[in-house]
Amino acid sequence: MHRTKVKVVEEALDANNTIAAANRADFDRAAVKVVNFMSAPGAGKTTLLERVVADLDGVRVGVLEGDVQGSMDADRLAGLHVPVIQLNTDPSFGGECHLDANMVRSAVPALPLEEIDLLIIENVGNLVCPAEFRVGEDARVMVCSITEGEDKPLKYPLMFRTCELVLVNKLDLLPHLDFDLDRLLYNIDQVHPDVERIVLSARTGKGVEAWRDWLVSIAAREEAVAAG
Amino acid sequence: MHELSLSSAVVNTAVKHAGGRPVSVVSLRVGRLRQVVPDTLEFYFEFVARDTLCEGARLELEVVEARLRCNPCGTEWEIEIPAFRCPICGGSDVAIASGNEFEVESIEVEGPPPAAWRDRSEGDLGKEPECIAPR
Repeated sequence: MHRTKVKVVEEALDANNTIAAANRADFDRAAVKVVNFMSAPGAGKTTLLERVVADLDGVRVGVLEGDVQGSMDADRLAGLHVPVIQLNTDPSFGGECHLDANMVRSAVPALPLEEIDLLIIENVGNLVCPAEFRVGEDARVMVCSITEGEDKPLKYPLMFRTCELVLVNKLDLLPHLDFDLDRLLYNIDQVHPDVERIVLSARTGKGVEAWRDWLVSIAAREEAVAAG
Repeated sequence: MHELSLSSAVVNTAVKHAGGRPVSVVSLRVGRLRQVVPDTLEFYFEFVARDTLCEGARLELEVVEARLRCNPCGTEWEIEIPAFRCPICGGSDVAIASGNEFEVESIEVEGPPPAAWRDRSEGDLGKEPECIAPR
């Protein structure tokens, strides 16, 4: 049998990245900034959105809610009178544990891009898989709650490295836990030196203002680009 | 379990370059910084490759060590644990020299290239075939 070796040298995720670029082009055309919002399940992503999306200094926000099943998160956010689109990875996408560029692409026609300035894509709760797949975002943000332990940056470095903002949530629980906050912040700095961090509590509201300001600043970044 | 999606991406990349020929070996380079479990990837690869040109192909996986380079001071070092500050100057402006790879390096295919490919320069694949493995 004639065998031939074929040199390839191609990033295997090029196909995903190509679709992500197409998503990004659609978002750019509509002058919409996009945040890919990620964390482990239960870290507080939806609650942190509930705290800010209704009042973002005039920035019109929409949410693409990614879940394996159900619309519980979308239902919570719908009460805040912002457009929310539910994207389930089951069954159409085999119950995937993350959103990829193609899934987001399938939701683009349903997104009211002309009516929003900022789209927040709440990814499926998972610290591993979402980090591998670009979806066409401008910025990646993750939540790490202090109940998860100080070692999480060291265990899930890719997620911590690919985000430009780390929200450290559930600060209100600090008195009740054997948790070393300085150790967590040190580990985050080891994995992603100088990454921006906001320590906050979605429950008490402490630090939430800084999170809101950060989202507003992302939308402003977009306006600067559009003006130029 | 993102290895399922990743193995689909590997199969699609291999099929794209196979020129319609059955693939016997797929050589993959995976950097240490990627969160890929080799055994899981191989398991899904075999599954996803069914009914494609990669059916029955062997997945050869080369792990690439993670090397960093400090841009200001030029220090290069290999890391075992995910610590990204420069150990010499303490700086944060550090580039990943290697360890982020997830690339199909080469494939081995059965038979000569298709006639339409023979006159083309290397690397020119013309129109890409449709992806046939499930995403």
